[in-house]
Amino acid sequence: MTQIENVSRRKFLKGVFGAGALILSVRYIPPIWAQGPSTDGQTDADRAALHPNVFVGIQPDGTVYIVAHRSEMGTVIRTSLPLVLADELDADWKRVKIDQAIGDKRYGDQNTDGSQSVRRYYDTMRQCGAAARLMLIQAAALQWNVPASECSTELHAVVHPATNRRAEYGALASQAARLTVPQKEELQLKKSSEWRYIGKGMTSVDLEKLCTGKAMYGMDARVDGMVYASIEHPPVFGGKINTLDDQEALKVAGVHQTVRINPFKPPAAFQPLGGVAVIADNTWAAFQGRKKLKITWDNGPNESYDSVEYKKELRETAHQPGKLIRSVGDSDKEFPTGNNVVEADYYVPLLAHVPMEPMVALAEFKDGKVTAWVPTQNPQAVQAIVSSELSIPVQDVICHVTLLGGGFGRKSKPDYVAEAAVLSKKLGRPVKVVWTREDDVKFDYYNAVAAMYMKAAVDEKGKPTAWLQRSVFPPITSTFNVNAVYGDPPHLAQGWTDLPYDLPNIRIENGPARAHVRIGWLRSVANIYHAFAIQCFTDELAHRANRDPVEYMLDLIGPPRTLDFTNVNYPNYGADYKTYPWETGRLRNVIEVVADKSGWTKKKSTKGHGFGFAAHRSFLTYVATVVEVEVTDDGEIRIPRVDTALDAGIVVNPEAVRAQFEGAVVFGTSIVRTGEITAKNGVIQQSNFNDYPVARIDEVPAQTNVYITGSSAPPAGIGEPGVPPFVAAFCNAIFAATGKRVRDLPLSSNSLFA
Amino acid sequence: MVKLKVNGIDRSFEGSPDMPLLWYLRDVLGLTGTKFGCGIALCGACTVHKNGEAIRSCVTPVSAAAGSEIRTIEDLGANGLHPVQEAWMQVNVPQCGYCQSGQIMQAASLLKSTSHPTDQQIDDAMAGNICRCGTYNRIRQAIKLAAEKSA
Repeated sequence: MTQIENVSRRKFLKGVFGAGALILSVRYIPPIWAQGPSTDGQTDADRAALHPNVFVGIQPDGTVYIVAHRSEMGTVIRTSLPLVLADELDADWKRVKIDQAIGDKRYGDQNTDGSQSVRRYYDTMRQCGAAARLMLIQAAALQWNVPASECSTELHAVVHPATNRRAEYGALASQAARLTVPQKEELQLKKSSEWRYIGKGMTSVDLEKLCTGKAMYGMDARVDGMVYASIEHPPVFGGKINTLDDQEALKVAGVHQTVRINPFKPPAAFQPLGGVAVIADNTWAAFQGRKKLKITWDNGPNESYDSVEYKKELRETAHQPGKLIRSVGDSDKEFPTGNNVVEADYYVPLLAHVPMEPMVALAEFKDGKVTAWVPTQNPQAVQAIVSSELSIPVQDVICHVTLLGGGFGRKSKPDYVAEAAVLSKKLGRPVKVVWTREDDVKFDYYNAVAAMYMKAAVDEKGKPTAWLQRSVFPPITSTFNVNAVYGDPPHLAQGWTDLPYDLPNIRIENGPARAHVRIGWLRSVANIYHAFAIQCFTDELAHRANRDPVEYMLDLIGPPRTLDFTNVNYPNYGADYKTYPWETGRLRNVIEVVADKSGWTKKKSTKGHGFGFAAHRSFLTYVATVVEVEVTDDGEIRIPRVDTALDAGIVVNPEAVRAQFEGAVVFGTSIVRTGEITAKNGVIQQSNFNDYPVARIDEVPAQTNVYITGSSAPPAGIGEPGVPPFVAAFCNAIFAATGKRVRDLPLSSNSLFA
Repeated sequence: MVKLKVNGIDRSFEGSPDMPLLWYLRDVLGLTGTKFGCGIALCGACTVHKNGEAIRSCVTPVSAAAGSEIRTIEDLGANGLHPVQEAWMQVNVPQCGYCQSGQIMQAASLLKSTSHPTDQQIDDAMAGNICRCGTYNRIRQAIKLAAEKSA
């Protein structure tokens, strides 16, 4: 009964995690997992002898189970967060096994999005590890009849140095389980000098599986009796079926039937888009059957959407007075007329995520409950939408999280899982919905198209005396509220509201735009277009003033200080401003580091060979980037080298951080070179990697140097902050090499470069 | 009926000979290491070896593989890791890893024909394989390391 007693005594962080009661039931291993969570939601950690909180369990054989409650899409978070707990526990990493959590609110937030896994759970993981460690120490002290204060831990063991006694964690687990779980206030966290793993890191626990084809993604999920589904969605967002003729489709070998999926009731949120599902024996038969469907559609009002016209509308709106977001001084009054006023328009189109694994979901509706195996960034959002679509309680939706073949924000929006659940209920058997790449490109939640109008009045040294910036983009909130047309504070705060310049007169505005497709967050989100406009416009002003762009930027940022957002709606990525203030000194520091490491002052741009620079804070991390480009006579652009310096506070896994920043410049390369989704008559014009190309090995920076500046500040974001400054620095480098200013992305449809 | 060898095992397939090899491997044989990424030979996630040569299984009908030997990622390291896989691990190449089966099969094929590829040869051989996470420089580094290992 140890386990039950242990659980019932749990007090630790109960309010945060809602520990819940231990459910005793027969363990069922889903066929796709060799090990992992059972269908009742219990983890190996839950079942372990010592189980002080939902994140860790220790068995008498010394095995330590640590729960990974965030989704693994390549950031190594499934390793890095458990590593923090293991460090504080003084656990031997070789004896740690990772349990992937199902969706369950007892873990707190699981939305692996917004570069916030480490920063939101760093303290929690430390406390959970420290709680288990303290209980093991107390158990040993009782056993040895010595004060706990005289005991300490070595690797995976408690020691009492005075009597030279030592006990392995496993041997203490059952005894420790009888003790009361300590309160947060009783815990003593390690000093940073005592860290075993934090700051040193560890390679992914999945590394070998990732290199041998054994890693299990959503695309690889299988259960007995499942059928495959491919869905023809309405080609225009919000469209409905007029007529359906499926006779030819049903003749395709392997096709069982077709099933209509209801159109969504606005707002779309995470509901299925509607359409017709072709059900078959295998994926290919479902794809083939779908090609034979004859459907006529009622396209609805979004049929009028034309991205060329829409761009003009956005630009016109950007030239009209907008909603005031932040004001310093009185920029209206201070704007003179004449040749010391500089204006520029910037534009970034809709962008698609295109993770290598298209959307896919396996779901089984049985006895009123749904079990799903899916690559999702947010299993609790899966629970919510499936619960709502099927009118079943949230706790009756069991969402297993597989590895994700990329996410970039797309897989935190579980419309594809809702489709599988709806179909499984209709068919009474497990259904695996597989999206084609074409489905993925055409039915994404796109990163918003955005127009930015920039204006500055400059003094004789070229420094702005007044600054106006106005952005217009269909907001993400439009996906959840059909009337939303203005940018919402959290997304305006992504590099727009928080312009860090020390200028006397600043006016920051936002104008309205109505969405005609689903808008969603994509890696770096609004920072992409905001940083592009601000950082490139600043570069324009520097060149106009014949000043060095780095020196000029430092002049605009001004002295080290904490930005004051009194009376400004600045959500700061959901983080407490006292813990994560906006410190210009930290931005200055990464700028100075990257300038030094890249040899900025020694480098001189010449025709066909340019250096560009940009710096930006996003997701609480400060980044500065220098990009070198070569442009051949026939206009081909190469990127020999990128240098990027970052301050993300305490870094848990430096190797993983370097990898994320290396990947970010590749992601940014795609945005600058070719990233563009367009629409005509409401239909998305792109379909696959032929017309929505992403960067390949011969198009990316040949060398990316990442400099992690040491910092003892609390940990900040990693996955996203590398993208925005790269995009701007790349464009600034192109200007330095060609004299042509990139104001409209991407290069592939910019008449100056195409 | 199509007869072929997959990872050293004789197989015969009675289904539609038009079915791409990718779906035969994945849905029929359950060899899910080979990935679906684009369906039209643009991304390389589905790369397997046909008689030792890298091919895109998503556009290769099963009938076109009749009588041939197909090798997938599952078999590449069946008798201990292949040097390319070792190098991949050493350089810590994968992020999400979804494209890496295809990248590894492509790289193994490259090294078989060109034991010490130049940067240009690596670009030429690998440009058909997309990695959305952006691990390209590590892929390049790992290929060079694998070349050293195999030497």
